[in-house]
Amino acid sequence: MQGATTTIDAAEVAKFEAMAAEWWDANGKFKPLHMMNPCRLDYITSQIAAEFGRDLRNAHPFKGLRLLDIGCGGGLLSEPMARLGAEVVGADAAEGNLPVARIHASQSGLTIDYRHTTAENLAGAGEKFDVVLNMEVVEHVADPQAYLSACHDLLNPGGLMLCSTINRNPKSYMVAIFGAERIMRWLPRGTHDWAKFITPDELYSLIEKAGLNPVDRKGFVFNPLTWSWSISDKDLSVNYVTASIREK
Amino acid sequence: MTFDSDILIVGGGLNGPALALALASGGMRVSVVDALERRRLTGADFDGRAYALALASKQMLSALGIWKSCAAQSQPILDIVVSDGRPGEGAAPWTLHFDHTEIEEGPMGYMLEDRFLRRALLQSLDEAENIRQINGRRVVEQAIHPTHASVTLDDGQTLRAALLVGCDGRDSATARRAGISRTGWGYEQTGLVCAIAHEKPHNGVAHQFFMPSGPLGILPLPGNRSSIVWAETSDRAAEIAALSDADFLAALHPRFGDFLGAFGLEGKRFAYPLRLTLANSFVAERLALVGDAAHGMHPLAGQGLNIGLRDVAALAEVLIHAKRRGEDISSPLVLARYQQWRSFDVAAMATATDGINRLFSNDNPILRLGRDLGLGAVNAIAPLRRGLMRQAAGLSDDMPLLMQGQQI
Repeated sequence: MQGATTTIDAAEVAKFEAMAAEWWDANGKFKPLHMMNPCRLDYITSQIAAEFGRDLRNAHPFKGLRLLDIGCGGGLLSEPMARLGAEVVGADAAEGNLPVARIHASQSGLTIDYRHTTAENLAGAGEKFDVVLNMEVVEHVADPQAYLSACHDLLNPGGLMLCSTINRNPKSYMVAIFGAERIMRWLPRGTHDWAKFITPDELYSLIEKAGLNPVDRKGFVFNPLTWSWSISDKDLSVNYVTASIREK
Repeated sequence: MTFDSDILIVGGGLNGPALALALASGGMRVSVVDALERRRLTGADFDGRAYALALASKQMLSALGIWKSCAAQSQPILDIVVSDGRPGEGAAPWTLHFDHTEIEEGPMGYMLEDRFLRRALLQSLDEAENIRQINGRRVVEQAIHPTHASVTLDDGQTLRAALLVGCDGRDSATARRAGISRTGWGYEQTGLVCAIAHEKPHNGVAHQFFMPSGPLGILPLPGNRSSIVWAETSDRAAEIAALSDADFLAALHPRFGDFLGAFGLEGKRFAYPLRLTLANSFVAERLALVGDAAHGMHPLAGQGLNIGLRDVAALAEVLIHAKRRGEDISSPLVLARYQQWRSFDVAAMATATDGINRLFSNDNPILRLGRDLGLGAVNAIAPLRRGLMRQAAGLSDDMPLLMQGQQI
């Protein structure tokens, strides 16, 4: 097993290790991620299908694609990707997440290569992927630019990176920090550091500097009346996601 | 891990086969277990049972490829006339009149005999890939395991699937075995159901008379025939059910007078005690309930099958979308979406049906005046009337894709 060093902030890792066992409890601490997951998966699956010409009505549409899930946690994204036929490597810097993820994958009858490592270490080892999932990670790393450069190096030419994070503005502070952590107590206090949030334009600029070509961005919007998430073309004010390509 | 099927459906009536077809069209492997032998399911003679299919239900049958084989046997409902009447007095002056030209989608619904719908569904089941049918076998045991659900049949064989769906009616043994309790009450009313052949044409008009003892529906069938749904107090219904056919017709005649001319009985007579029975949950671990297994309702507005098909459409959409996202189709999160989608609709319909029935099923003169005026008021307010019509036609918002006539 490789050490979790480089751009990962040690204090951030410790926070998630404490929560690892709760990953698969739909009504536990990760309830907001579970609630958001269908919306995230809709975006991820449609982007991968479009980029690689796959039909989601088929049984295993992602067969033949090698996919990396960075910050895989308990496997909330790795498992669906494996179920759709992708060859999945799940990487997490928090060692405690990995036993949870491995046990759950075996219960689900899925084969997933979970590793205690970082994007930088995988890139250094010369690993290559068709798809890199980089969801809700960039706001937790110490050096986003170095991290995104590693993501670039991990992609095959023509590969796709999906990167989601949280916008930085007064509304995102109210929703993500004050609302989600303090009022709703969806997330433990201190999960997010607002100063680390990134605006969509800043993220596009970081992605371009990393050598990737950003091609799409959308908002993930929570509707408190229906208690559900949806994808928005226009509202990127809090949670949002981007798709970027490594040129062939 | 591979199981016999992705989804195991208990109950091969109407909702079970419809769900199997919807799921198979989304690439799932499905098993359908039914206690009856196939032969008894497909008796070709008209037995007097027919359904008022809401427009949305017809659109769903079209999307599933079933409608083409029963369209020719259906009767479009072009108009619904609702009136408050007492035997011998005819309709009250303030009546509620629904005309399909007020909504844009064409006829308000279609009448279809049970035998044609059943035959079309079963034919499609035979032709579908990925559907296994097990007829004439009862489920004697069911168990939920960490990785799958299983049922044991009365011949000793065990079937396994990721998810179990109970489509086994208002006394659902699937729900009972899962420990799901029920809420409900009787109405001390019984629905007397039969079909008649009559002298004069019905012109595609459905009639609903609200009588002190309960509502009487006259629903048009192809040709000069109509389906009768006659609700009476249970004591009175037992007396009527015991009458000879000739005496039964003599009792029925004064209820709606002569507008259809002379009439005679077609097929058998049925009696269904009316009661509401709602499952206290529509889902449990690796299990979902559909149709009457989830909610048996007063069949006042002919909504039982329509609501059941809406369950089918919603559950199929939730499961197929989950599968395409790569989600575990049996996870509590996925099943919770189905329950959330359906529970509001079902509760609203149950309350509305119950409320309307309680309002009309008594002979208090004040209430009788109130409901006459109330119905007149509803009739006078076009947007409200159109809303009720769209509701009756099943065209309200938040409609599953299949009910919009679209593939999932």
